[in-house]
Amino acid sequence: MYQVRFHGRGGQGVVTAAELLSVAAFMDGKHAQAFPSFGSERMGAPVAAFCRIHDQPIRIREPVATPDALIVQDSSLVRNADLLAGLDHTQLVLVNTRLTMDELKAEHLKKQVGLQKIILLPATEIALEIVKRNVPNVIMLSAFCAITGLISFETLTKAVQTKFSGKIAEANILAAEKAWKLVEGLGASRMEKPEWEVVHA
Amino acid sequence: MLKQIEGSHAVAETIALCRPEVISCYPITPQTHIVEGLSAMVKSGKLAPCEYMTVESEFAALSALIGASAMGARTYTATSSQGLLFMAEALWNASGLGLPIVMTDGNRAIGGPINIWNDHSDTMAMRDCGWIQLYAESNQEAVDLHIQAFKLAEEISMPVMVCVDGFILTHAYERVDIPTQQQVDDFLPAYEPRQLLDPDDPISIGAMVGPEAYMEVRYLLHNRHLQALDVIPRISDEFENKFGRKHGGLVRTYRTQDADTIVVALGSVNGTIQDSVDDLRDAGHKIGSMSICSFRPFPLKAIRTALQHAQRVIVVEKNLAPGLGGILASNIRMALRGIAKPVTTVICGLGGRAIMKKSMSECLVKGHQDQLEDLSFIDMNWPAIERELEREKTTRRSGPMAENLMYAVSQDVMPEPVS
Repeated sequence: MYQVRFHGRGGQGVVTAAELLSVAAFMDGKHAQAFPSFGSERMGAPVAAFCRIHDQPIRIREPVATPDALIVQDSSLVRNADLLAGLDHTQLVLVNTRLTMDELKAEHLKKQVGLQKIILLPATEIALEIVKRNVPNVIMLSAFCAITGLISFETLTKAVQTKFSGKIAEANILAAEKAWKLVEGLGASRMEKPEWEVVHA
Repeated sequence: MLKQIEGSHAVAETIALCRPEVISCYPITPQTHIVEGLSAMVKSGKLAPCEYMTVESEFAALSALIGASAMGARTYTATSSQGLLFMAEALWNASGLGLPIVMTDGNRAIGGPINIWNDHSDTMAMRDCGWIQLYAESNQEAVDLHIQAFKLAEEISMPVMVCVDGFILTHAYERVDIPTQQQVDDFLPAYEPRQLLDPDDPISIGAMVGPEAYMEVRYLLHNRHLQALDVIPRISDEFENKFGRKHGGLVRTYRTQDADTIVVALGSVNGTIQDSVDDLRDAGHKIGSMSICSFRPFPLKAIRTALQHAQRVIVVEKNLAPGLGGILASNIRMALRGIAKPVTTVICGLGGRAIMKKSMSECLVKGHQDQLEDLSFIDMNWPAIERELEREKTTRRSGPMAENLMYAVSQDVMPEPVS
């Protein structure tokens, strides 16, 4: 089982990102489960969402407490207690920011997961440039898929097209491609193989 | 067709396949995406012929369906939480009249304090309103139960409530096999009413019944539930033959064959419990579990049979009956009457409190070793409760309970009184 926890703020498409990852995993023949931390559907409020991917049906319903990967869509949350919980086994933390590691002031995060597992990506800047709106979710997801190798770019594109159509889908896919190319190759050198890949190798 | 889809949308697509002729709903919180999806399908013409009525309250939503059902229409609505309670009077009328309305309840807590999250307080409050209550373990079961529910409701002429855990299932994306129209048409025959309001052949439905016949009419209602005990498993078997999936039925057991301890629960928490059971089996504990699908009628015999060889029973439930404890546990004790066997109640997940497998497993091990109290709680913040109780004892104007507790939890200290 591979577990991802998404953190961000209401309006950034955090829940959609978790759902998209589950759709993409489903398209690859995996079992997947995605759900939000409920009841916080307000613009700007901290939101978490979860996605589990497995080769068998998923029965467990608890929120993801010990994520394999963390996708942080809003860097102002890097010192948030909920975000910092349960990171003992976390292999990858992807943070949307244009700051450097020092400027980010994520000492707790660094201490918990180790510097080599944190990857910073200016997803909001990419979104504003290409999608023309502050919607970093597809961009972050694309980078995550490129780094981990969990989902191919083709599958991700197909999944995005189930949620968006027309110009919005096109712009998101273009932005996703840019993020993919930015981080491609980082996976092999910077992170260990996700557990379930090892299991199924 | 296999889809990765949100629970509510999966249910909406399935309801459309069941060809309801009248849908009535009150479309604001507490609601689910189910009726939203159905309204879009009616508007686009995908679901036709179907009358979609948006009404002024949940009370009106069910009342409208009572009329429509008496006119011979296949009827559906969905609600949640306070919405179900606002339907209370109409619920009793629908069952008392024997009208085969199907409803989804996206299970949520009841205020006060105001809370929109999942537990079973709503359907438990309405457990004796005469409706059949079926609980879904997963979104696939939610889909399959609705198809079975229409067949069951119409065969015995009784309303059926399909209980689907709010948020945990209704808002979760997972893999669901949505049947084809042909499959559902083959399984679900056209509705043939037992009673019909027809201007060409007038009858009266809903007469006042005095002391001379009320008891007998109420017994007939009870008898329909007894009939359902036979019909529910039969329909579940028919469904399995046609669709290749075993869902519904009265109860389902998991690794209980040589189990010393059996854990009993309703709804989606069974998934987490089954994962716990696997872990505990690996650690050498002989534990199994049982999911109750049909809570009303309550299958006393099937439950007694399933539990008879266990040494003890742990009932995990998402409700708290103030002044009693767990509602499901007291029903289980009735199923086991005459057999000396400890039945303990474990309350969890109230108001959306996350149910973690780790806490569940710790609790089940304690129960397995006979270390649980009659009534216990998973992940309860006892220090916060004790401090509030102490303050109530020493301060007359101790202030509102909910606000005090929330402040205490957020500060992790006991606050000064609010007022």
